[in-house]
Amino acid sequence: MTSRNRLSGPLDDVAADAGHQHHPDRVGFFTDTSVCIGCKACEVACKEWNAVPEDGLDLLGMSFDNTGMLGADSWRHVAFVEQARPLGTGAGPEDLGMPSFARPGDGTGAETRTDFRWLMASDVCKHCTHAGCLDVCPTGALFRTEFGTVVVQQDICNGCGYCVSGCPYGVIDRRQHDGRAQKCTLCYDRLGDGMEPACAKACPTESIQFGRLDELRERADTRLARLHELGLSEARLYGRDPNDGVGGDGAFFLLLDEPEVYGLPPDPVVPTRDAPAMWRRAGAAAAAFALAGVGAFVAAAIGSAIGSAIGARR
Amino acid sequence: MGSNMAEAHPVGFQWVMEAKARGAKVIHIDPRFTRTSAVADAYVPIRAGTDIAFLGGVINHVLRNDLDFREYVRAYTNASFLVREDFADTEDLDGLFSGYDPETASYDRSSWRYQNTEPPESDADRGSVPDKESSAPLQHGSGGAALEGVENIVRDPSLEHPRCVFQILKRHFARYTPELVERVCGTPPERFREVCEAWTANSNRDRTTALVYSVGWTQHSVGTQYIRAGAILQLLLGNIGRPGGGVFALRGHASIQGSTDIPTLFNLLPGYLPMPAPTHSDLAGYMHELRADCQKGYWFGADAYLVSMLKEYFGDAATPDNDYGFEWLPRINGDHGTYRTVMDMIDGSVFGYFLLGQNPAVGSAHGKLQRLGMANLDWLVVRDLAMIESATFWKDSPEIETGEIVTERCRTEVFFFPAASHVEKEGTFTQTQRMLQWREKAVEPNGDQRSELWFFYHLGRLVRQKLADSTDPRDAPVHALAWDYRMLGADNGADEWAEPSAEDVLRRISGVELGPDRAVSGYTELKADGSTACGCWIYSGVYADEVNQAARRKPHDQQPQYEKEWGWTWPMNRRVLYNRASADLEGRPWSERKKLIWWDAENGEWTGDDVPDFPKTTPPGHVPPEGACGADGLRGDDPFIMQADGKGWLYAPHGLIDGPMPTHYEPHESPARNALYGQQGNPTRKVYGRPDNPSNPAPPEAHTEVFPFVLTAARLTEHHTAGGMSRQLPYLSELQPELFVEVSPELARERRLTHLGQAHVVTSRAAVDARVMVTDRLVPLRVDGRLVHQVWLPYHWGHSGLVTGDVVNDLFGVFVDPNVFIQESKVATCDVRPGSRPRGPALLAMLERLRSEAGITPETGTRIATAGGVRHSAPAHTHDAPMEAP
Repeated sequence: MTSRNRLSGPLDDVAADAGHQHHPDRVGFFTDTSVCIGCKACEVACKEWNAVPEDGLDLLGMSFDNTGMLGADSWRHVAFVEQARPLGTGAGPEDLGMPSFARPGDGTGAETRTDFRWLMASDVCKHCTHAGCLDVCPTGALFRTEFGTVVVQQDICNGCGYCVSGCPYGVIDRRQHDGRAQKCTLCYDRLGDGMEPACAKACPTESIQFGRLDELRERADTRLARLHELGLSEARLYGRDPNDGVGGDGAFFLLLDEPEVYGLPPDPVVPTRDAPAMWRRAGAAAAAFALAGVGAFVAAAIGSAIGSAIGARR
Repeated sequence: MGSNMAEAHPVGFQWVMEAKARGAKVIHIDPRFTRTSAVADAYVPIRAGTDIAFLGGVINHVLRNDLDFREYVRAYTNASFLVREDFADTEDLDGLFSGYDPETASYDRSSWRYQNTEPPESDADRGSVPDKESSAPLQHGSGGAALEGVENIVRDPSLEHPRCVFQILKRHFARYTPELVERVCGTPPERFREVCEAWTANSNRDRTTALVYSVGWTQHSVGTQYIRAGAILQLLLGNIGRPGGGVFALRGHASIQGSTDIPTLFNLLPGYLPMPAPTHSDLAGYMHELRADCQKGYWFGADAYLVSMLKEYFGDAATPDNDYGFEWLPRINGDHGTYRTVMDMIDGSVFGYFLLGQNPAVGSAHGKLQRLGMANLDWLVVRDLAMIESATFWKDSPEIETGEIVTERCRTEVFFFPAASHVEKEGTFTQTQRMLQWREKAVEPNGDQRSELWFFYHLGRLVRQKLADSTDPRDAPVHALAWDYRMLGADNGADEWAEPSAEDVLRRISGVELGPDRAVSGYTELKADGSTACGCWIYSGVYADEVNQAARRKPHDQQPQYEKEWGWTWPMNRRVLYNRASADLEGRPWSERKKLIWWDAENGEWTGDDVPDFPKTTPPGHVPPEGACGADGLRGDDPFIMQADGKGWLYAPHGLIDGPMPTHYEPHESPARNALYGQQGNPTRKVYGRPDNPSNPAPPEAHTEVFPFVLTAARLTEHHTAGGMSRQLPYLSELQPELFVEVSPELARERRLTHLGQAHVVTSRAAVDARVMVTDRLVPLRVDGRLVHQVWLPYHWGHSGLVTGDVVNDLFGVFVDPNVFIQESKVATCDVRPGSRPRGPALLAMLERLRSEAGITPETGTRIATAGGVRHSAPAHTHDAPMEAP
């Protein structure tokens, strides 16, 4: 038990913090949703490589999204968000002037948008710096790999489900009829052989980029600056900041709108962030109760002793 | 345009995104907002079936404002050529060109020609039923129409003579204004103007614009003219033959380019040589019609190409004495296109059918027609990876439910042969870039699965065995076939069921000099004297130097631009066709930025980043001596080396059945009257008027309100064509599990449709159940003042597989482009109603009622000529008896 374990805040070396001594650079994903064409090759490649079962032949009606959300049997999920044109504008005219943006509907904001916009984004486990699932796992099934990723070992998992409520993004889940937790492994079995994850390999437009996390963050910063230059003021990075509630994500994103639009939590916080403070408060309360209890006992004992003494003097 | 590239070609689309990242602007013009539109710089809505009006509008914008690349146009196109005085344009004849015969619904095209020229003596230009029945333009092959007297062409280099092509083109499109585009296409004028401005601003010496299309353009009754319109515009802007320019046809299936290059089409031989007609009694006659006696350009070598092909087919049996076996080739004596053939099955004159990786029960237009045809066969052979609907129609087609096919009485005997997949066999794919890429076999196929090569080789072997004792002259070609391919296997053919060597086949396709048995380097080495054999002249060179060039895989970062050492493109590994046009009259690139090939005066040859698509040593200013033929006859400024006049055609003096210039005609089924002319639709289209192929009414016919919406169908990324390769797989099926119809919120309100609710789409031919997808991606368009709704469905569903659904192609009828016989399956009319469709006999009864409500009879849709002043007494000719043999 090391005394250096921290549950929140920036953490430069997650793998070392987990006990790995000589380990490779931390890797992760940068998913640039501005170039996603919604082909879902990522979903298929992931399922093929990891033998993830098909999980539902249902038309969900969520635009072209029939996967719905991440889960035990969906480790990549492409979201489709149709942003309607305001009522009554029909096939409205648009003064495009100089091309100041790069996609229909971009750069104009919800209130002033006159053009239809279709957002597409491939979601995945965030492999958080401070991973809620990892922190609460009682069996050690979940562990931090030498690459800085978070992986669950099915042969150890007891299906307790704590990790499910521990994830601020709602990623990990238990497989039906099996009970054990499942989620993206960042293709741990490919990393060891120097290969990139299946989804990144399959993605035709390099929306999903794999590599060293520090390099990906630099690339993302450059890309964001470029989009801002083009007038896409709504573009932002999500999960890039080491100061956020999970210490930054190993898999982070470039979004073209608020996270909620994509079904992502706006301010994800690892539930264990407040654990030290909670335990301290709980400890203080316990101490206060204990004190109160001792005090009551002492008071009772003193009272009883006084009583006895009074009784004895008669 | 006419393409949803991000969804249909997602892997190729990465290069569009790469170009975008480098500053290219992407404009997507489509009836619906798709995944391509989502990442484009601009999306422009258009009514399905009106692309010629749109393109004509851009052409008009270019011509009116002098925005054409004048030097290029003057030097490299036929803009200056004078057309005959008796030519009359659609502006003169209310939508018709001169020479129209309403009785045959075809043109006598002689008045369309250049002044002072003649095509070789033939029926092909006089217009007739045989002409339309044989898909006559393909009689000219890929070399375009033959032309005598090219040296006599009268020109006006100032481009001002009223009879010159440039002025004729200008006049033809003069009324295609932005206001007209708005009226016809429903495109807001501001968006249209943006397209015009972007396109022209980006097309000049320093910049080029690429035009990309797919089946959204080809599957129309005017499909050929759509592509002509795109080509004309790109020629005017100087975009052809230059890097970053061109007209790029995105082919669909993995090797469909290969399946037209080495075709399984009734009217083409390998390398786009035409199939002979009964009138071609000998090789000389065929050649004479195909190319003029001293035609300039590389099409002149067609005799070498054909003779070499015959030598490959018939080996030693092909000799000069028997015209190299020319008489053994089939003759096209009528319309033997796939739709006509299916009708012949229904009519009882075709009794056998091979289906190889083809599922017409789902994938061809008018599904019921397809299935009824198959139900009337003696035998049907299906080779596929999965048990497709075309193999099981006899027990699970919709006609079983309606009683139109009864399993116990269906006479068809179906033979199903399991096929090897692409990883279980070796061979080449030819993709949309004309690139051949060799694939190795990765695993052995299971059980009885075999490759097509194995199947046809052994079928041929067995057929030859069975006919070995026949003296019937009809069997002579089968005896004559050279069927001696190298076989794989250690015992070198001792196993009578061995696999033929695909590499040997490729080598023979590429061509050999027979004497020394040496692989040729390209088609210029082919001879017409029987000393060379070559299965497909455009592929000649893929095995040059005895190396499988298609197997080369040098990565792009290890070689210069154009990656000439990855795979092999036909012809001759040229990457950009007609690249002579990338240099000016002096042989210098139009700009440094857009250089591709240039004239190296010191060494007396063309050189550059690409393989020159021009005779290597012909100088830019060359004037050939009189009487020079073939490649020698090309002038230094003739980049279009396959054309008889060496120029790009802004006007097609012959070769096309429906006009020398594209004209906006409404689709066969349309809610709108043609706003430009009295002539409503393509006056030469084929409609196959028969009771089992009804048409929805279109103006000026009455009752168009019964099917008031524009219907179009296309693909989703998640599924593949008729679904045989995707609806069997759980990982794809779960991505798009159910057939749905996309409607706008306005249409949903009008028809009381709810999102994810049940609905059915109806035409005069069928009703199809679909879930409702209400989306803003479909926008009602204002067409000629009225609001027109468009609906869209993906066509991938059928009745077998993990996920099943009704067949969308059942909704479409068979109405085809007269030049190439491609069906109009990208636009029709329909209605959409809430709730599920009736089933069984009740379905037939409902369709009967609908047809009666719409006044539909077998005559509906067959009165093709509607232009003012054209009268006829009988419905326009729709199909006829075969041509007589001489």
